[in-house]
Amino acid sequence: MGGRVAPVYFSLMVALAALAFMAARARAQQVSRGEALHSRPIYHGLFAACFVLLPMLAIYAIAVPLASGAIERQSLMAADPALLDDALRRGAAFREIQDLAAGRFSGRPSPAIEAGAAVFAYLSGLARWGVGALGLSVGLVGLLYALRAVTPLFRARNRFEAIVRLALLVCAGIAVLTTIGIVFSVLFETIRFFQKVSPTEFLFGTQWSPQTAIRADQGGSSGAFGILPLVAGTALISTIAIFIAGPIGLFAAIYMAEYASPRFRAWAKPVLEILAGIPTVVLGFFAALTVAPLVREFGAMLGLNVASESALAAGIVMGMMIIPFVSSLSDDVITAVPQSLRDGSLAMGATHSETIQRVVLPAALPGIVSAFMLAISRAVGETMIVVMAAGLAANLSFNPLDAVTTFTVQIKTILVGDQEFDSAKTLAAFALGFVLFFFTLTLNVIALAIVRKYREQYD
Amino acid sequence: MSFASETAKALNAGDAQGAPKAASAKVAARGVNVHYGEKHALKDVFVDIPEKAVTAFIGPSGCGKSTFLRCINRMNDTISTCRVTGEITIDGKDIYDRMLDPVLLRARVGMVFQKPNPFPKSIYENVAYGPRLHGLARSKAELDEIVVRSLRRASLFEEVKDRLDDPGTGLSGGQQQRLCIARAIAVSPEVILMDEPCSALDPIATAKIEELIDELRENFTIVIVTHSMQQAARVSQRTAFFHLGSLVEEGATDQIFTNPKDRRTQDYITGRFG
Ligand SMILES: Nc1ncnc2c1ncn2[C@@H]1O[C@H](COP(=O)(O)OP(=O)(O)OP(=O)(O)O)[C@@H](O)[C@H]1O
Ligand SMILES: [Mg+2]
Repeated sequence: MGGRVAPVYFSLMVALAALAFMAARARAQQVSRGEALHSRPIYHGLFAACFVLLPMLAIYAIAVPLASGAIERQSLMAADPALLDDALRRGAAFREIQDLAAGRFSGRPSPAIEAGAAVFAYLSGLARWGVGALGLSVGLVGLLYALRAVTPLFRARNRFEAIVRLALLVCAGIAVLTTIGIVFSVLFETIRFFQKVSPTEFLFGTQWSPQTAIRADQGGSSGAFGILPLVAGTALISTIAIFIAGPIGLFAAIYMAEYASPRFRAWAKPVLEILAGIPTVVLGFFAALTVAPLVREFGAMLGLNVASESALAAGIVMGMMIIPFVSSLSDDVITAVPQSLRDGSLAMGATHSETIQRVVLPAALPGIVSAFMLAISRAVGETMIVVMAAGLAANLSFNPLDAVTTFTVQIKTILVGDQEFDSAKTLAAFALGFVLFFFTLTLNVIALAIVRKYREQYD
Repeated sequence: MSFASETAKALNAGDAQGAPKAASAKVAARGVNVHYGEKHALKDVFVDIPEKAVTAFIGPSGCGKSTFLRCINRMNDTISTCRVTGEITIDGKDIYDRMLDPVLLRARVGMVFQKPNPFPKSIYENVAYGPRLHGLARSKAELDEIVVRSLRRASLFEEVKDRLDDPGTGLSGGQQQRLCIARAIAVSPEVILMDEPCSALDPIATAKIEELIDELRENFTIVIVTHSMQQAARVSQRTAFFHLGSLVEEGATDQIFTNPKDRRTQDYITGRFG
């Protein structure tokens, strides 16, 4: 029922709030002619608007879900009380009821659905008016209260300040709670996974083949959940990537920050930023269709046997992907080194490159390290490129010419297609996710700690 | 040592008579003009800076004191819009000669900046920076000796001798400025340029630095930019007054402060403008 009532409700709410704002402000202006006000009229207006908005929002947030639940139950009951206990058919039936009530139903509905739809339509209408009337009256009460509150001594400014603080707190709270919620849901599934597979097998096993038999008569798939091949694959590809992106990104940053003319900088920086904006799936097919064959041909020339999907190809393209991270973050920290330090070094008779080597880079080092860390955690979390260029084979190998696979690729592989939600295979995805999360979190925490230390250095 | 103090005495004697002598000019500027892009910041400056003495540059803000100072060690080269013409010689040699390497020049002409700018390295490494750069010490012991001697001369050693490995940025403002002076003298430059070295310091730290400048005069040629008339009068033997990019008057400090020839100088030192 939310869909059709919302626009009306919210426009009413905004209109009422605007009215409250103007009325309270006008009243405050009137009062101020007789006596000095504690708060300027605009704050009385803002306070009154909040006093309409907040209660009306609260009513909507509480009443709509309650009403929706009740309507669903009642209309299903009218259709067929047995539906209420049948989780599978319940959802489908309710969808039919809604479609029918909205006139979108194709074909001939069954009498039960028709009965349900009638109840649904009736109750929805009722609820719409009910919520509307309730909200409106609460809003009006708020408005009247706020108008009465307009007195010379009323601290509308301070009240409004408190409301602003509350609103900011709510937003911050949502951000934090979402993060915590995600972490915990992954954590719980991980714990469930560990009830089926022992942590030692998971952490130290050298075999990864998450296919488990769904039916007892399927053979040969008992499932093995050792993550070492994935660790090796992830480490291998990320290492190749950072060995490519590290030097190139850093030297590019040094050039940009220290030598490039402002004109060159003005167009080269945005170009690099565009590289950061290329969707990874595009880089992925670039890796699979261009780089992987090149690597293979080149290997063949040297008489090496390169798998058609190789860690090297994926690593090279991943390196290209993270170059902008390394270069633009390093550029920032190098530019942030105060000019006075460069002048100090130049005035001692150092050349430009000596100054960079001995003063600028050491001063920027912690920031550069954290740029590298962030780039690595980006590489570790990347999926598309590896899926396309490095394959799915869980080989425990450190040979860059082999096909390998990574955490993210396996998570994606496991969760594509139909799933049995409590099989060890599906739960393994959560466990992988958790390990990955833990790893990138550690990297980020280290990076942040370094950045913080670095901030204190030359202030 | 004795020679140095003889020179200093001779100079003082010269000052007392109010007869400026340019015979032992260490640095000489002849018709120096500086442009920042279109802006004509320094106009036709002629000045002699005597050896082993302190020369003060005074003048209202924006008159080109720092600009001229930076010409002497060619730090203006690092500003892309800056163009210097005319001739500046040190020991009779043109420092804007094509063949002269500005990097080597800056080892001979040290600079101390208005705001202390120690490197984010240890106290030891700050002072050792120049000697390492120019290979002045053949062994660790020699380097240690240079560092200790420089810190002593900058009268900082007693305060930091137990924490040479602590970061130089952790010192107080006055200590940092003395560290920068130690860093500058560690490469034994011939000339030290100081651009308002005391502007960020309290009176006690300022007094220390002034005392230090007075001692350094024995061995170095010093040029100091200052906004404090008292400071110029206290530490310098010669004073040059700049106004709107021109050098208005230059002479023995006593003469400039007691008997200025130019009306503008008089107005400035008596606080009537600037
Ligand atoms: N990098 C620069 N680019 C352009 N103009 C500059 C630059 N540096 C200085 N100027 C200009 O040159 C003139 C002289 O500046 P300078 O810094 O030499 O003055 P100053 O005498 O040292 O002043 P203060 O006592 O305030 O330090 C000023 O008008 C200033 O605006
Ligand atoms: Mg200046």
